[in-house]
Amino acid sequence: MMHYVQDLFIIKCYTVRVKICQPIMGDKLMIKIQNLTKSFGRNIVLNNVSFEIGKGEIVGFLGPNGAGKSTTMNILTGFLSFTEGKIEIDGLDMFNFPNEAKKSIGYLPETPPLYPEMTVTEYLNFVYKLKGCKFDKKKHIEEILEVVKLTDVKDRVIGHLSKGYRQRIGIGQALIGNPKVIILDEPTVGLDPRQVVEIRNLIRTLGLTHTVILSTHILQEVQAVCDRVIVINRGKIVADKRTEDLASAVEGNRRLAVKICGPEKEVTQALRSLPGVYSAECLGNLDADSYSFVIESDSAIDIRKPMFALLARNGWPLIGAEASNVNLEDVFLSLINNTSASNAKKKRGSKKRNAN
Amino acid sequence: MFAVFKRDLVSYFTTPIGYVFMAIFLAINGGLFSLMTLQAGSQSSITGYFSMVTIILAIVIPVLTMKSFSEEKKQKTEQLLLTSPVSIGKIVAGKFLSIYTIFSGTFIFGTLFNFTVYHEFADSLYLWVVEDAKRAGAITKWDVFSHYALSIIGPTIAVLLIGAAFVAIGIFISSLTENQIVSLVGSIAILLCFMFIASFNNLIPFAPVRELLEWLSVYSRYANFLYGIFDPAAIVYYASICFVFLFLTVRVYEKRRWA
Repeated sequence: MMHYVQDLFIIKCYTVRVKICQPIMGDKLMIKIQNLTKSFGRNIVLNNVSFEIGKGEIVGFLGPNGAGKSTTMNILTGFLSFTEGKIEIDGLDMFNFPNEAKKSIGYLPETPPLYPEMTVTEYLNFVYKLKGCKFDKKKHIEEILEVVKLTDVKDRVIGHLSKGYRQRIGIGQALIGNPKVIILDEPTVGLDPRQVVEIRNLIRTLGLTHTVILSTHILQEVQAVCDRVIVINRGKIVADKRTEDLASAVEGNRRLAVKICGPEKEVTQALRSLPGVYSAECLGNLDADSYSFVIESDSAIDIRKPMFALLARNGWPLIGAEASNVNLEDVFLSLINNTSASNAKKKRGSKKRNAN
Repeated sequence: MFAVFKRDLVSYFTTPIGYVFMAIFLAINGGLFSLMTLQAGSQSSITGYFSMVTIILAIVIPVLTMKSFSEEKKQKTEQLLLTSPVSIGKIVAGKFLSIYTIFSGTFIFGTLFNFTVYHEFADSLYLWVVEDAKRAGAITKWDVFSHYALSIIGPTIAVLLIGAAFVAIGIFISSLTENQIVSLVGSIAILLCFMFIASFNNLIPFAPVRELLEWLSVYSRYANFLYGIFDPAAIVYYASICFVFLFLTVRVYEKRRWA
């Protein structure tokens, strides 16, 4: 329940944010990637990827394992080079001016790059020097400790801290030098639910002043945080849309999860007979005396009232009902399945041609 | 570069490795010195000590270099270094300097002790010879001093340069693997090869090969210093090895970016 409330809060924040951000977006181009290709030997990891990211955008990078998310991020940050294409960060070409371009990027890799023998402050001081920053050092680092809520542990050795703290140190490290672009590779992995919410809020506040790119497996995160989603699969961009557009693209069916005490077969049949219901599936009896069902129905019709009446007529108590919206997960899966299917078709087609 | 230098230098003292290196090196170094000079009686020779000390270097320097890049790779901290606005060359240079500082610091520290002890010892051993010679006007005090100085300072400089070359080789091996043990054993093996590459020369019947091995051998060039000859060619050779292997390390990282 707590979770739900927090999610609601996030969504509220998110809508407010979009309103604030709209005039900023498109103001200036922050990242420009043109025809980026990367191959490891014969293995093509990224194939002709192009996208642009404006100032102040929060962009989510989605994709299954091995899709090329981390590779893209590693290339963007200059850790890896690229085979073909062009990358510009804040107008600076990554190939010709790598050091200047790197200065405007803060990067949190998949594993936070921490030295376990250093204390948090020592570590941040080191990163500060490494990046060659020119602020008031003490004040800057204190601010960052404050932002990522590490002030309590600032003098402790990193090796003794838990995963959640380490992740936050990693984020803190990315913020040092106040870079224009912040790139986060799975920033909420390994955090407890409360920390996840905190980090998401942090990312959103960062988005007000920075350009943020984050990759994630967690679709709610994208829904909650990002303005825009880039879905990548097998080294190609599958979708590049605003988050709302992406969700509405597949929306159409309503989904309802219900728990009913009653005989399995008859209840299923009765539910299927309701007007507007496309499908009703029994998931089994999780409790002692009730069965769980998932009902998919037309978005135009609310079946809850007729369903209740139907169940009441038959004397089957309804003990739980929960609406589950179509979420990014569905969109994501359908997008990825589409591309795999079309790829398979193409392959089959080319085989046929070869045979002929 | 300075940031990497300082971090690495401090890390050797916040982890046990720096202390372990210093303890082992100073103990073996001191023990060897004592065995070859103070306790050797009439066989006493500072040359003997200096000829042995390079073999110790081949074994203890990898203790320092084994973690330089292997650990960064294992901890994934190299991502931080390589995405920071510092060139790979400067990162390698920073790491090299930090390790070299520890090595040369320890070695010079040990040598100062050795020199002091040796001075006292040699004075007492050869006192009557020196006194006779002085009385006869054959030598001055300055001659005595310069003799000690040459027999110690020349080889010391050579050892410091060989150390630099060894550190560079160790760093290079370390950049190839993320396993510190592999890095350690590999470095020791390769350093010993560099030391003894010309040792079995009398078994090779083919002259050009012998000459080539002789040319490559770290030890053959070092021998000159032991006889009190200051050999600039050897200095250039050691400096070149150092430079070549640091350059190769940079290339390893460049290549991995492109792979």
